[in-house]
Amino acid sequence: MKLRANLVIGGSLFALAIIVGLLAPWLAHTDPVMDANLMNAEEPPSWTWWFGTDGQGRDIYSRVLYGARVSLTVGIVSQLINSVIGVALGLSAGYFGGWWDDVVNALTNLMLAIPSLIFALAIMAVLGPGLTSLLIALGLTNWSFTCRLARASALSLRNQGYVQAATVLGYGDLRIMITQLLPNMLGPIVVIGTLGMGSAVLSEAALSFLGLGVRPPFPSWGSMLSEARDQITTAPWLSLFPGLAIFLTVLGLNLLGDGLRDILDPHSRSRRT
Amino acid sequence: MTGSPLIEVEDLRIDLDDGSRRVAAAEGVSFRIDRGETFGLVGESGCGKSITALALIGLLRPPLSIGGGVIRFEGKEIQHLSAAGQRELRGNRIAMIFQEPMTALNPVSPVGRQIAEMFVLHKGKSWREANQLAIEALASVRVPAPERRVNDYPHQLSGGMRQRVMIAIALACGPDLLIADEPTTALDVTVQAEIIELMRNLCAERGTAILMISHDLGLVANVCRRVAVMYAGRIVEERGSADIFRAPSHPYTQGLVASLPRLGSRAALGRTRLKEIAGVVPAITGFPNGCRFNPRCAQATDICRTVAPQTDVLEAGGFVRCYHHA
Ligand SMILES: Nc1ncnc2c1ncn2[C@@H]1O[C@H](COP(=O)(O)OP(=O)(O)O)[C@@H](O)[C@H]1O
Ligand code: SF4
Ligand SMILES: [Mg+2]
Repeated sequence: MKLRANLVIGGSLFALAIIVGLLAPWLAHTDPVMDANLMNAEEPPSWTWWFGTDGQGRDIYSRVLYGARVSLTVGIVSQLINSVIGVALGLSAGYFGGWWDDVVNALTNLMLAIPSLIFALAIMAVLGPGLTSLLIALGLTNWSFTCRLARASALSLRNQGYVQAATVLGYGDLRIMITQLLPNMLGPIVVIGTLGMGSAVLSEAALSFLGLGVRPPFPSWGSMLSEARDQITTAPWLSLFPGLAIFLTVLGLNLLGDGLRDILDPHSRSRRT
Repeated sequence: MTGSPLIEVEDLRIDLDDGSRRVAAAEGVSFRIDRGETFGLVGESGCGKSITALALIGLLRPPLSIGGGVIRFEGKEIQHLSAAGQRELRGNRIAMIFQEPMTALNPVSPVGRQIAEMFVLHKGKSWREANQLAIEALASVRVPAPERRVNDYPHQLSGGMRQRVMIAIALACGPDLLIADEPTTALDVTVQAEIIELMRNLCAERGTAILMISHDLGLVANVCRRVAVMYAGRIVEERGSADIFRAPSHPYTQGLVASLPRLGSRAALGRTRLKEIAGVVPAITGFPNGCRFNPRCAQATDICRTVAPQTDVLEAGGFVRCYHHA
């Protein structure tokens, strides 16, 4: 199989972000929170301070590394929550149909009508800032596409011969949904999930930028941008590096999603076999 | 082995709800299959064979539903069984294989796993045991190198091999009844005979009764001891399969038999045209009054066009539903 450029580049960027997050304690030069020293405030990038320092003399390089932890945790965990909710609702709605389908459809339309970031904002406002609130807010507001997709797949898959055969063989509804429907819709669900992770990373940045995300002084890329706002002309490196980190991670996830779609697409699959 | 009734269908009626009214897609359907017996259901496409089979395993879905009658399995009525009760029977006591071996297997699951799932589901086996049993099951349907084949995905198998896998799945739990709905229609002629032979031998070994459904009277009569001929939702004749070939009673059956090529006959040598029955099966909503075969029947008289005939029990066994039967 020919490896596609988008898959390779996207996968590498995403893997890099994960490695950086995992190895932050070993890769970082200083502690991201404690090692403030006003003597080194607002140093531009140099051999000592690779990404420069902020107004309190903290090493931006180290803070960006630690920031990956927050961004990726939020991206991965909140998207997992979204995927589970979306698949559970969409799959069961498509499979059972009837009033349950109507309920799920109404709920999905409601979610689609309200911009998810606004919805997340509202939830954050109730729950208060913090990592857990972020996970909940972003995990509950971005499942509608997955749900739509799972429902449409279930609708077409439930008429497949093997689903009917399973019914004839005495499979229960849950077993049919898990063994016959889910594996056959997983490809597109994973693609949507990967793209969703990218947008969750962006949403985290946005919410943290608005001061609703992870609380300073602990670094997240969004909160770093927020803090750097006033110095954007005097110390542009403060916004440049966390911005670049967000950009590359989201770019990587989008390329990865595209690449996965290419190989999981049934048309390209049949070409391979 | 034979003698005690395994499944009895009495006056079964299947309704089709077309939105405004209910019409009977099948009615007055009665038959009985004994333990280990082979029973065939024959008729042109659309006459109601498949929906009858679905009714037996409780899988009629709207717009179709059971409109009346009784289905007994081992003496117990099952037509109003709970969903859980139905699942108990399905796959475990009553199994079914379909026409389409291409689509009846899950494309993303190895075939061994699909067989093993039956042992886990119905026999409470662990996956470890079930996987071992799956290899044995594949071996029993004569799939070569079963210990390797269990890991194959359906697309790696030929149509004939897939149908063997379907048979392995269907017979995995040792059901008492195997319903085979056009099991070989989608297969090459050469493979057909092998599959039928395999199915018949395995069921005979295990004492599994067969309800064989096909549009092909020749095939069914070959496999089954008794045959019921269905026309437009009614069973019009039921006989021992040898009798039905030798002396078909109902004009429709006579037409079916006449349309079969016979080995050694002039027809098989291509000198005479095979007879075909003129006309088509009426649509459910347009069933004629009286005997439903009357528009296509050469012997039809006035009474045939007004009052539906009742069944006449034949001296030699079996019955026929016709005023002027042979
Ligand atoms: N799901 C359905 N909805 C409406 N009509 C159906 C449905 N299934 C079967 N029928 C009708 O019931 C009749 C019998 O169908 P079937 O049992 O499939 O025939 P066959 O003898 O070819 O197996 C046909 O006229 C068919 O059009
Ligand atoms: S009842 Fe009349 S119309 Fe029907 S098959 Fe017999 S002779 Fe023909
Ligand atoms: Mg059919």
